[in-house]
Parts: sequence; C-alpha cells; structure tokens
Amino acid sequence: MIRVTNLVKNYGDFAAVKNISFDVAQGEIFAFLGPNGAGKTTTIKILTTLLKPTSGEVEIDGLNPAVQHNEARKRFGIVFQDPSLDEELTAYENMDFHGVLYKVPGKIRAERIEKLLRLFELWDRRDSFVKQFSGGMKRRLEIARGLLHTPKIVFLDEPTLGLDPQTRNQLWTHVRKLNEEEQVTVFLTTHYMEEAEKVAQRIAIIDHGVIVAQGTAADLKAQTGAESLEDAFLKLTGSTIRQEEASSLDQMRNMSRMFRGRRPGGR
Amino acid sequence: MNAVYILWLRQVKRYFRSRPRIIASLGQPLLFLVALGFGFGPIFQRAGQGSYLQFLAPGVIGMTILFTAIFSGIELIWDRQFGFLKETMVAPVPRVYIMAGRTLGGATVALFQGAIVILICFAAGFRVTSFSGVPAAVLFMILVAVMFTALGTAVASLLSDFQGFQLVMNFLVMPIFFLSGALFPLAGLPKALAITASLDPLTYGVDGLRGALIGQAFYAGSLDTLVLVVIASILVIAGAYLFSRIQL
Repeated sequence: MIRVTNLVKNYGDFAAVKNISFDVAQGEIFAFLGPNGAGKTTTIKILTTLLKPTSGEVEIDGLNPAVQHNEARKRFGIVFQDPSLDEELTAYENMDFHGVLYKVPGKIRAERIEKLLRLFELWDRRDSFVKQFSGGMKRRLEIARGLLHTPKIVFLDEPTLGLDPQTRNQLWTHVRKLNEEEQVTVFLTTHYMEEAEKVAQRIAIIDHGVIVAQGTAADLKAQTGAESLEDAFLKLTGSTIRQEEASSLDQMRNMSRMFRGRRPGGR
Repeated sequence: MNAVYILWLRQVKRYFRSRPRIIASLGQPLLFLVALGFGFGPIFQRAGQGSYLQFLAPGVIGMTILFTAIFSGIELIWDRQFGFLKETMVAPVPRVYIMAGRTLGGATVALFQGAIVILICFAAGFRVTSFSGVPAAVLFMILVAVMFTALGTAVASLLSDFQGFQLVMNFLVMPIFFLSGALFPLAGLPKALAITASLDPLTYGVDGLRGALIGQAFYAGSLDTLVLVVIASILVIAGAYLFSRIQL
C-alpha cells in the first residue's frame, strides 16, 4: 500500500532523510518511530504530497504522490503533528469544508459527518467554534475529519501528543476498530513506545534520517536484547538528547497566544 | 467548482464573524476622511479645486479596498502558521482552485468593506454627481479588490512567516496608497511624481472611481479599465503560480 525506495530529502546542505526504504502492506498498522528531528515528519510530508523528494521512489496505493498528486490525495487521510483546523469555524463547518474539498456527495457527507462526530463524541458540540475546544477535542475532530472521505490509508503524525490517558486510549481503540472493520492501512508516529507496541503490527525506527531497524516489537526487542520497546529504542538511537530549535512556527503560535491574552503553553 | 465556492464561503464567514476587525478597519478611512477631508478642505477650495471631501472620498474608498484586499491575501501566512493551509494543500483539489476561491473570498470581503466606507462618506457629506456612474464604480471596485487580493496572495506565498510583513507594509502597501493620487490631483504634478503615479495601479482604480462617481477623471475611463484588467490578470496568474509552488 505504501512503498518507499531509496528516498532522499535534502534541505540545502542538510540531509533530513538519507536513502530510506520500507513497505507497508494493505491493512497493516505501521509505526514509524524516532527521536525529534529524525526525519519522521519529512517522510510523511513527502508521502502526502506536501514536499517533493530529492531522489528516490515513493508509491501510495500504486500512485506516485509527486506526480499524480490529486489521485494520491484522495487515497489518504492525515492527522498532522500540528493543529490544522480553522478555529473560527465550528466543528461541523470544519467537517463540511473537508467533505466538499474531497467531493463527498451532499447526502453521504451529512451522514458520515454525523456518524464520525458521534463516534468521537463531538456531535453535541458540532455548532461550537473550534477555538473553544480543548486540545483533546481538537485532536478528535482532526481524526474524525481525516476519516470523512473514507481513505484507504490514514497517516497519524504524533496524534496523541498532549492528550490525557483516557483520550489516548479511546483514540487507539477507534484506530484499531477502523483498521479491523474497514481494512484501513495506518501509518503512525508517536513518542509513546507502549502505544506503538500495543497498536502497531510492524515498527521502523529512524534516526538521523536512516532507518536503523524494522520489524515487529518482538523482533526489535530480540535484536537488541532489551526488555521493553523503550529500551530497544534507546539502545538503537542512543540516549543523547536531540537539540531542535524552536521553529518560526512555534514562535508565531506563542505570539498569537499572547495576543489573545493567553500565556504560552496555557490551555 | 464546489471547492472554489467553499473557500470563498470560508473567507466571507470569517469576515462577518470578526466584528472587531470590521470596526477596527473602519477607523483609518474615517480618520483620513475627517482629518484630511475637512482639514485640507479650505485650502483646496481656495486653490480653486472645489470640495476636497468630494475629491478625497473615492481615494479613501480605494484605500480601504487596497488595505482590506492585501490583508485578505496576506492571511495566507496566518493559515500557514496555524496549520489550516496544510488541510487545503493535501486536499485532492488543483491549487489553482484554492487560490481562486481565496482570492474571490478576499475580494468580496474588500468590496463589503469598501461599501461600508461609501456609506460613511455619504454620512460625511459626500454626494455622487450622477447615479448612472454607479455600475462603473462597482466595476472599478471589483477590479481593485481582485487585483490587490491576488497581489497579497502572491506576496504571502513567498513569505513563510510574519517577519517580512512590516517590509510589505512599508515598501509595498503604503507607497501604493500614497503615490496613487488618492490624496492629490494628478494634474500639474512634478515630473518624477507624475511618472511614479502613472506606474501605480491604484492610480487607475481611484481615477476610474472618481470619474464614475463625481465626473472628475484624469484618464479616460476606458484606459483606467484596460490598465486595471491587464494588471489584475497578471497578478492573478502570478499569484496562482507562486501559490502552486508552496511547499510546507
């Protein structure tokens, strides 16, 4: 369903992704793990047509996302690492906007929006503005939105970041149910190793733009002689902390929060 | 086509929901109208040019559309920073449609804003000399709105954050406004200023409006229209091109 062969992405002199290859089978839940700045999000952006690769082959359901953008875009849904909702619109309007862009016909659109908003327990709040939502509600809305056009593949880039254990648990239950019932292929990244172990059938670990290991959680543990996936991860990627500079994006967000009279990091 | 509509609708909804923004953006035109319109009125009169308020009102309408349109285009940076742009960029819709929807939405917002300022001008004492010019005035307003929304989008496509915003304001928007003949008559200008004004697209928008509303145009209405149509087309194409090249 997803095939990546010798993928390279350079930003000027900096190589974000160095010649990686992996396959994800149809109906599989695949976890893509790695420390900050390892190249996870860059890979997802290339898979989802937001970036063009420097070299290498990428295939999404048999299509090349760098060339057949719009065909490829129909096949996947994505939950981005950073928020991507329009906060000035209501939950329902965000869903409807998405449905129109993905050409989901009117009647089916209304039905699916209701079904998904009920599933993610947001139906009662459908007419509230997204700016009034908590972090967890926004996340749930984004996931519901990503599923609206019944994609074959769902990309989840750190979907549980900043969520409480209840919401995380519920989210993964939905993801697994969806995977079982509708055979949706799931490509996820997370920093919570126990989540990856519980949910994913196969795991790849990327570090400094290189895939250092891939296989089932049991494979990775056996390969490193570690007790837990977290230990295996640390053995494979080392224990130095990665420096990541705050992007202009983060600075912007903090600024805007200040403008709205909220402290950075607050609510 | 539905994609164009829904993007248009989003811009318009956002506009009508942010009432503080509507009110705030009316402060500036009001100030220009009152301070300059009444302040320079007596001198303008003594110089034998008639009522400065009459002369200034089309300029202030043009200014309002210019600012609102550029800001609507620049809102793209906002969407990029807050992530919503990604949602539209991964959608299976040609980017030209996304650009078209945004531009039409921004232009609609700018037109509304322009219409409100016309009402304010009326309240201040501005009078249209012949109502037969009103359709032409609306046409000029639409052209100015589309042109500058596309310019805003084009510029915003090149900027990844707000660092460059002040630059755009001081070296693009302000000069376009002040050098356009929105505030002064084009006849009898020093040569350098006359040339600069003739290169400024807003000049033709304001001139066209003046011709349509109060019958005092410097250029022929057909020339104003032609210049605006050509420049608006170029900017829409440039904006669409730059927008389609955005990588996130």
